[in-house]
Amino acid sequence: MTNIAATAAAPAETAALPTRLAKGFVDRLVIIVPYLWLLFFFLVPFIIVFKISLSQTAISMPPYTPVLDFSDGISGFFAGFRELNFDNYAWLTQDALYFNAYVTSLIIAGISTILTLIVGYPIAYGMARAPATIRPTLLMLVILPFWTSFLIRVYAWIGILKPEGLLNQLLLSLHIISEPLVILNTYTAIFIGIVYSYLPFMVLPLYSSLEKMDHSLIEAAQDLGCPQISAFWKITFPLSLPGVVAGCLLVFIPAVGEFVIPDLLGGSQTLMIGKTLWNEFFSNRDWPVSSAVAVILLLVLTIPIMFFQQAQAKAQEQGK
Amino acid sequence: MIRKALWLSATSVLLTLFTVSGHAEDRVVNVYNWSDYIDSSIIDDFTKKTGIKVVYDTFDSNEILETKLLAGGSGYDVVVPSANFLARQIQAGVFQKLDKSKLPNLSNMWDVISERTAKYDPGNEYSVNYMWGTVGLGYNVKKVQAALGTDRIDSWDTFFNPDKLAKLKDCGVYVLDSPADIIPAALKYLGLDPNSTSPDDIAKAQDALLKVRPYIRKFHSSEYINALANGDICLAVGWSGDVFQARNRAEEAKQGVEIGYSVPKEGAQMWFDQMAIPADAPHVADALEFINYMMTPEVIAKSSNYVLYANGNKASQQFIDKAILNDPSVYPDEETTKKLYTVAPYDPKTQRVITRTWTKIVTGQ
Repeated sequence: MTNIAATAAAPAETAALPTRLAKGFVDRLVIIVPYLWLLFFFLVPFIIVFKISLSQTAISMPPYTPVLDFSDGISGFFAGFRELNFDNYAWLTQDALYFNAYVTSLIIAGISTILTLIVGYPIAYGMARAPATIRPTLLMLVILPFWTSFLIRVYAWIGILKPEGLLNQLLLSLHIISEPLVILNTYTAIFIGIVYSYLPFMVLPLYSSLEKMDHSLIEAAQDLGCPQISAFWKITFPLSLPGVVAGCLLVFIPAVGEFVIPDLLGGSQTLMIGKTLWNEFFSNRDWPVSSAVAVILLLVLTIPIMFFQQAQAKAQEQGK
Repeated sequence: MIRKALWLSATSVLLTLFTVSGHAEDRVVNVYNWSDYIDSSIIDDFTKKTGIKVVYDTFDSNEILETKLLAGGSGYDVVVPSANFLARQIQAGVFQKLDKSKLPNLSNMWDVISERTAKYDPGNEYSVNYMWGTVGLGYNVKKVQAALGTDRIDSWDTFFNPDKLAKLKDCGVYVLDSPADIIPAALKYLGLDPNSTSPDDIAKAQDALLKVRPYIRKFHSSEYINALANGDICLAVGWSGDVFQARNRAEEAKQGVEIGYSVPKEGAQMWFDQMAIPADAPHVADALEFINYMMTPEVIAKSSNYVLYANGNKASQQFIDKAILNDPSVYPDEETTKKLYTVAPYDPKTQRVITRTWTKIVTGQ
């Protein structure tokens, strides 16, 4: 089929070939830019971290061996290369600590993502349905917190949540509770911190997909007698799915490696992978093991997301 | 951090330009010290006296400093790590030996302190003491009075005895998130060698700490300053100077919070912050001049009067406020000083056992 079509079109195209070639080159050049970006800011750092994860600790500068360089010529480089091994990865399997830390982090990030979605969706929906004149203002309000340091905002939550804090004072004075609630230094405080900090990352993609939606679809559904709630689940929600997925990924991925929020708001008993990595890197000065922890974390995050995207692409094709 | 680094490099570029444009004699020293750790007028005085510009930057944990030093090319001329970190950084080849002929003020130093810092830096070849202090118990006097019926704490027993600590649980107990400070204290309380690296001893320390774990609200190495000052907690195992800072903040706030600090009678760990010059420091001569200036008795006394830590300079003591010099929690008396101990740095294998034990204590896993 394609062959016949191509042959048929050939005479007409021959004349335009040089310009087409040039255009193809420009197109490719444009594509090269993001690939170079990925190469320099993702692949190269990853290879450096991966290489360190195959090294051993040493009391030196930098604190691992071998350091691959060409100071001893090419043979020195390859001699160093042969010293690399996977011992650090074997080490990670010998202590349940690392496995538990990964699992805890994934669970905390998962719960936080769902909570952020539940809080963020109505906000984004409200913004998208608001009169077009005030939408820029609403958008501004969502972005506004970024103007203050993230650290200060998380610190502010300590003042709100602590036993003598604003929240407890308010609830006590309203006689809703008789004893101060213990929220600070618990998992609840971590969830509050993550939902608060990452909310804009959920709201913005949701808003952009909801705003694009053609409202006449809902009107049509209502004209045909579809109740509002079921119109939401049958039309609005499925159409906003790309926004939901983007928002969830933007919240989930950084939340897994989150360090500051559990450190400041969570209790000491919270075992997350960020803290485990910190301990390996700073307390044990074991750059190789901490690099191995980081590489595994990357795999834990990227592999499921790749499968998920593939499955989505397939589903979309079938849908068409 | 990155922004600060950029800012710093921008500053040094500007300074370089400035130098080229005329003042060929413009000299610079890049100092990296703990936050809230100097009377800033000292820096101005130094620049006035010597014409050397000081680019002063601060950190808040030994680990951050160490990572910068181990990565190399930090650009700093004078850094101030704690002695146990300094020891292994010397092994790693981070520092250069000090040219003592350029440091005439070394004669002012206090042998009591120099002898002890030599344990980390043999012969004090690489470093000079800046400040030193102890790991002890900071407490809210009124809340402890209410819970325990006494307004003075003088023993580790208040912390390591589960019955006593249980009474302080509700008003709040914070502990340094620093195994190298807390595990030796547990060993000392148990009558063992605080320097022990035997796994059996460390396991005993772990048991002792797990017994009181349920009554500890949080392990953190800096939050306790504010928590004590605000009256949010009633007991903190912390560094002496931090507790004094909390005491001052509480006094300034005038909310009726009164903070006490005690060096436990069983003995407490001494720590030392040491000035040293990185091997790749760009301005060695200026760094030496800065260190020598900091050993001037009047200068270091001014710093002690401001930050409320004891220093390792004997000649400076006549210039230190009497209230500070005679405060046994800052300058312990001879009896107490005898019981103070130092802890040698751990080898990598022991460090791993200590960190793992600590994770077990803190998280229960």
